[in-house]
Amino acid sequence: MLTNLLAIGPELVLTLTVVLVLIADLVIGDRPARRGSLAVLSFAGLAAAAATFFLLPDGGPAAFGGLVSGDGLGVFFRGLFLVAAFFGVAFGALSDEIPVERFGEYAAMLLATTLGMSFLVQSQNLLMILLSLELVSLPSYVLAGFRRGDSRSSEAALKYVLYGAAASGLMLYGFSLLYGMAGTLDLSAIGPALNAKAAGGSVGIRAGIALAALLSLAGFGYKVAAVPFHQWCPDVYEGAPTPVTAFLSVGPKAAGVAALIRFVVIGFGASVATPPAGGLPWPVLLGVLAMATMTLGNLAAIPQDNVKRLLAYSSIAHAGYLLMGIAVGTPDAVQAVAVYLPIYLLMNLGAFLAVMAVRAKTGSETIADYRGLVARSPALSIALAIFLFSLTGLPPLAGFIGKFYLFAAVVKAGTPFFYVLAIVGVLNSVVSLFYYARLVKAMFLEASPDGAPAVLVPVPVGLLLAILAIPTLVLGLWWSPLADLAARAAGIVG
Amino acid sequence: MDLTTNSMLLTWTVFTPAIGLTAILALLALRPLLRLSQQAVDEASRAIGLMASLAAAALGIALWADFDSGTSNLQFIHRFVWMKSWNIEFFIGVDGLSLSMVVLTGVVFLAGAIASLPWWGRLDDHHPHFSKKRVPAYWILFLLLEMGVLGTFASQDFFLFYVFWEVMLLPMYFLIGIWGAPTRKDPDGRTRGGPYAAIKFFLYTLAGSVLMLLALIAVYYASGPATLADGSQAQHTFNLVHLTRQAHDGIFVKAGAILGIPFVHIVFVAMFLGFAIKVPMFPFHTWLPDAHVDAPTPISVILAGILLKTGMYGMFRFNLQIFPTGVVWAAWAIGILGVINIVYGAFVCMAQKDLKKLIAYSSVSHMGFCLLGLAALTPQALTGSVYQMISHGIVSPMLFLLAGVVYDRAHTRDIEGFGGLAQKMPEYTALTGFAFMASLGLPGLAGFVGEVLVFLGAFAAQDGIFRVLVAISALSVIVTAGYYLWTMQRIFLGPFNHRWEHLHDMNWRERLTLYPLAVLTVIMGVWPLPVFDMIRETLNTLLASMPAGIAG
Repeated sequence: MLTNLLAIGPELVLTLTVVLVLIADLVIGDRPARRGSLAVLSFAGLAAAAATFFLLPDGGPAAFGGLVSGDGLGVFFRGLFLVAAFFGVAFGALSDEIPVERFGEYAAMLLATTLGMSFLVQSQNLLMILLSLELVSLPSYVLAGFRRGDSRSSEAALKYVLYGAAASGLMLYGFSLLYGMAGTLDLSAIGPALNAKAAGGSVGIRAGIALAALLSLAGFGYKVAAVPFHQWCPDVYEGAPTPVTAFLSVGPKAAGVAALIRFVVIGFGASVATPPAGGLPWPVLLGVLAMATMTLGNLAAIPQDNVKRLLAYSSIAHAGYLLMGIAVGTPDAVQAVAVYLPIYLLMNLGAFLAVMAVRAKTGSETIADYRGLVARSPALSIALAIFLFSLTGLPPLAGFIGKFYLFAAVVKAGTPFFYVLAIVGVLNSVVSLFYYARLVKAMFLEASPDGAPAVLVPVPVGLLLAILAIPTLVLGLWWSPLADLAARAAGIVG
Repeated sequence: MDLTTNSMLLTWTVFTPAIGLTAILALLALRPLLRLSQQAVDEASRAIGLMASLAAAALGIALWADFDSGTSNLQFIHRFVWMKSWNIEFFIGVDGLSLSMVVLTGVVFLAGAIASLPWWGRLDDHHPHFSKKRVPAYWILFLLLEMGVLGTFASQDFFLFYVFWEVMLLPMYFLIGIWGAPTRKDPDGRTRGGPYAAIKFFLYTLAGSVLMLLALIAVYYASGPATLADGSQAQHTFNLVHLTRQAHDGIFVKAGAILGIPFVHIVFVAMFLGFAIKVPMFPFHTWLPDAHVDAPTPISVILAGILLKTGMYGMFRFNLQIFPTGVVWAAWAIGILGVINIVYGAFVCMAQKDLKKLIAYSSVSHMGFCLLGLAALTPQALTGSVYQMISHGIVSPMLFLLAGVVYDRAHTRDIEGFGGLAQKMPEYTALTGFAFMASLGLPGLAGFVGEVLVFLGAFAAQDGIFRVLVAISALSVIVTAGYYLWTMQRIFLGPFNHRWEHLHDMNWRERLTLYPLAVLTVIMGVWPLPVFDMIRETLNTLLASMPAGIAG
């Protein structure tokens, strides 16, 4: 029992932190330093959760009768989520979009989402996946609609709920079909069971498996904002408070990607190196999804005038790049995804933090209000330019390394389909330059409109920007430690 | 060939600009502490930038002085393992081809640096001059660009090359976008100006380089085992020396086809496209006139003088060195596209009204000779191609500097709007005439040597089609003479246009850049041996690796 509990130590600490934050919020009441003390309490909880990683059982055995896996993939992503939660809480504490009297609520919801993400990546069981996904979703709905008086925020939350409910419903239906055909909820047993069924089965059985798998994909596709489950994304990202958007764009997305890897690659055993699992051509299916997602995300981002909406489409495009890695499904490709996501977290959070800082002073999120920003706030503009060019994937910035790993995995797959995918992928990077550079152009190449306010960056925001920008620069030239960690996550002894 | 570190001189050359830009960054950081005025910081940045370019140029010449031209082996090698997990090495070194480009980089950037100063000559205060705008940032980007170019020419590891290659993009984008011409509407209502030209340059070159990235990955996975700098064995390699050796052993010819196309062909094309956009080769040349017209003078100088050469250099270093069979396969296409560059560029020049646009298209035309020389694959043609790269790297900066001289004074480059300037600016007229002659290939000046070698070499090529190509491009030389002479006539001769009463002749800053380049043009025209010596062994080795029956 103790081994079982230790295996979910970080999650237990997180649960405790959520409860403590809620109680502390009540106890502290209207005293000054309410925001600060709640933030410190959350940070302490996250640090304690991180500390329990050292108590995880050796060798990563599955716990609770196979409900949760203790493998490297889970450990890697649970660590990453703690980092995402740290920035999420910090952003919220520094943003005027989160009123002080509701900061406790914000932190609790955010930590609860993190708890759900943490369970999701290690779920080895269909029911467990569904429950954790709901645990991610429910607090996210609250976060998306955090500005109650704001109609855009409410609309965003409603859209999020409706799409989420539909996606969960489809997924649940898919899972029930899978259970019916495989006779088990255990992910590690479903693949072999379906393979056996598909091998000798009629067309009807094979079609049933395909239907079940596609329906199940809906839930994951919704979380990572992949086409055609992406429509909620721009509205939610635009309408939600910026700290929430920042967190949603990295946390739940990364959790969805990791869960999809577990479902497809580990569960179905799908990769270009293996025969079609359960009779389904997973690599091609996911590859087509990847192409559609990145192409739509990049093309739709071009005409956007709202920076948060632009970054929303950019995050859809990045989901497309990540899907390429899952489509390949080899250990190399999983490693590439695991290299990409932390880098993506850094640069995307950085970009949103800069947007938040500009919004705090100008009250605007439109590109036109970024004109001449370099004269008004040089350091902030340079930091944002670094994040944007890193998102484009230009060397020597970290984003290039992420893309290099992904494209290397795709090219290594070596089938004609994946060569085409690689070409579509790199051409998409060129398209993405166009809209990232639009923002850079506004900041650096255009003059400030008359009377545009100076944007002074508060010290803590500046510190956070530096914490995000420095690794974005350094990882582009020296990425061994990250690659080694990612190799362990992918089960490659590195 | 011994590939161990044997000199740090090249490393110092490549990273001298980095030292300069770090100094400027330190200056900016210390500014509040030292209570420096804006003007003091500007002047110090200029001084640091000039010193760094001077030092890089001097180090480049020092490399040449120390260079053993009797071998094609790499010299001044600095090599260590950079990223073990991908077998990426920091590996720089030069052979004759690299060295010629490194030396040229030093010279062109030094000229660009001097032209970026507001010193030693009067500037019209009514029109804000780029050299007085955001000075420290300008010099930081200028030096970053120089480091990227030097690194590109010195890299002997494919991954390292790619990183340096891409490092050139960002500074160029900002240098054209911020210090170039402001956004305006052209007569057809289209948006033009620095920001437009900058993003066009950026998108075109990035489109080429992402294809190169895929080629790089494909080459890596097709490569065989190699020994890394730390003595360990690697399964695959980015090391160009090893890749070349493996290529000669036929490893890429045997590699599996991609999308049904032989490996060598598809990878060759992917890399060639990346380089061709930079050259720029027809039909990918359209970014160049826009970039030149709206870039500030020194950036045009650098763009024409050295950035276009990175594309040609890449073709020699990668397409020719690693995929010689690919060049043979594509020789016809490269030759024909080269001739289209020559002829089309020349005819488009005839129609230009903007002096800078005319010079930009003349660059397109002249880079065509380099392509034709490469495609012909004979010793003279290759020598001519490289010589043309160097002579164009000296002459085209002169042309852009001269265009800058008149633009700084008249604030227009409209060829039709001048007339009779020879009366008012005799020195300027003489220098422009000289540069035009050099560019149109007058014997005794630099441009002639490269062109004539390309013609001779291509005429001797085994494939008869090259005789036709030579005949067509030789005829286009008449068009070249035509547009230059007609331009001379419209700007300098005829009745004096009294609108230009206030123009004054050359100042010392301009003389400081133009006369040394003019001297180099003459030397290269009458005494080409030093350059031939430098590149001979390298080109011989490249040709010796050609499939039998092609070379010679």
